[in-house]
Amino acid sequence: MTSKPPTLRSRPLNLIYEIPTGKIQRFWDGIKEGKISTTKCNKCGKLFFPPVADCPTCLQSDMEWVELSTEAEIETFTHVAIMPATFQHYDPYTIAIGSLKEGVRVLAWLKGAKLEEVKVGMKVRLAPKITSEGLLTYEFTPI
Amino acid sequence: MNFVRKVAIIGVGNAKFGARQDVNLSELTFEAVKPAFEDAGITGKDVQFVALGSVGAWYEEALPAVVVGEYCGLTGAGLVRCEAACASGTSAFATAYFDVASGHADIAIAIGVEKMREVDTPTILELIGRAGYYFWEFHNFGITFPAYYALHATAHMAKYGTTEEDLALVSVKNHKYANMNPIAHFHREITVKDALEAPVVAWPLKLFDCCPVTDGAAAVVLASEEKVKELKIDAPVWVSGVGYSSGTANLTNRENFVGLKAAVVASERAFKQAGVGPDDVEVATVHDCFTIAEIMAYEDIGFCKKGEGAKLIREGQTEIGGKIPVNVDGGLKAKGHPIGATGCSMIYELTKQLREEAQSKQRQAPLKKYVALAHNVGGTGHYCYVTILQR
Repeated sequence: MTSKPPTLRSRPLNLIYEIPTGKIQRFWDGIKEGKISTTKCNKCGKLFFPPVADCPTCLQSDMEWVELSTEAEIETFTHVAIMPATFQHYDPYTIAIGSLKEGVRVLAWLKGAKLEEVKVGMKVRLAPKITSEGLLTYEFTPI
Repeated sequence: MNFVRKVAIIGVGNAKFGARQDVNLSELTFEAVKPAFEDAGITGKDVQFVALGSVGAWYEEALPAVVVGEYCGLTGAGLVRCEAACASGTSAFATAYFDVASGHADIAIAIGVEKMREVDTPTILELIGRAGYYFWEFHNFGITFPAYYALHATAHMAKYGTTEEDLALVSVKNHKYANMNPIAHFHREITVKDALEAPVVAWPLKLFDCCPVTDGAAAVVLASEEKVKELKIDAPVWVSGVGYSSGTANLTNRENFVGLKAAVVASERAFKQAGVGPDDVEVATVHDCFTIAEIMAYEDIGFCKKGEGAKLIREGQTEIGGKIPVNVDGGLKAKGHPIGATGCSMIYELTKQLREEAQSKQRQAPLKKYVALAHNVGGTGHYCYVTILQR
């Protein structure tokens, strides 16, 4: 066993970004009101999720806000056992991608289901949520 | 595509991959650049353009191209740092290739380097987990890089009946070949049982389904046909196809999760330029950051039909002696995946294969047509570069 090679410890760098949300603030306001809303291009009619302020096809920014349905079908999922640095204080979590009848998909945590019960094709409910830490989010739960 | 000039690989070098706390970023890069120069019979003064593939953030330097450029005697040449996540190395290779093909430079070097082990594992998972769409997929949901591929594994298993055992077979194969490769991170064979019983990282992916966190560097010297003659290069390897494409940042906006569209498109473009097809390829390096990624790569490139990737590994068709040997250097899985270095290391391996210089004869692919393919994916199909080399 060789000894650990010598190293020099760098100065620390702690980065926190203030991310602008103004153009899609209705999405986050909607969560507080118990809704999941998103944008639809008023020119081509494309429904986006996640919501966007600008249509990359029409190159225009006239968007309509619409509320999404709450039932989804699990298209795929994983159970994260080894978590990143800023998620170390959580229990292992299940991430799922669910498709909605409107033709958009949502990626979110699936709560309240045991891993062995989760299946591709399973029907789940999509709901907005304010976490105990006060974070605005949304999650799937089994129907 | 009518490029002005043919471009050849005239020199390659690859540092030992592994936990390299014995060297810093520049010293590690030097271990790849020096043998590449010696192989080509040139020095830094002969190089007109340098493209460095490196993602960074896990090491201290903010301008790695400048730092390693000075250390390797390349100051004064044109210089750029290329980022395409895990495909950064091939993005640098392609950038250097375009510069020579266009007639702008006669000799260029592509360097890939990553020094990942200067930070702890949760920080690495944090940084790579953000390599998708931070705002929509990481901030609230803490997705990790293994989790991104696990979502594909779950979908592939549900649609095509691929099993956890099939995934394990990829790992067993790649560990076997890494054990014959002196530059590989791991020199340890594993069994299917070892892989199946290992701890879960992101279900269905377990420890041996995942590439390790590796430090490493690789370098490739490219030259015009005129320079190849002038330098009397006896075994030039020609770049005959470079294909690229990209995928959406939001995984939810992809067509499906059973393959990577960017890899399909990049492969088609590379084959078209080279004028060859998947059946002509005799040895390949594919992006097996996770075992499911190698199975999807077989299908996306066209080595088999969609959904038949698992069959290829079960039948041993991707081993030496099979239909198409894949990752006989150990792959990202067992040779290691120093993110920015991987693309250049793939080109290093294929150059050695096409020259019939694999370090162990047991992992030298038999060649008749001398056609090789490198498939390098960035993120989870966010970027893709496919390169075809011929001798």
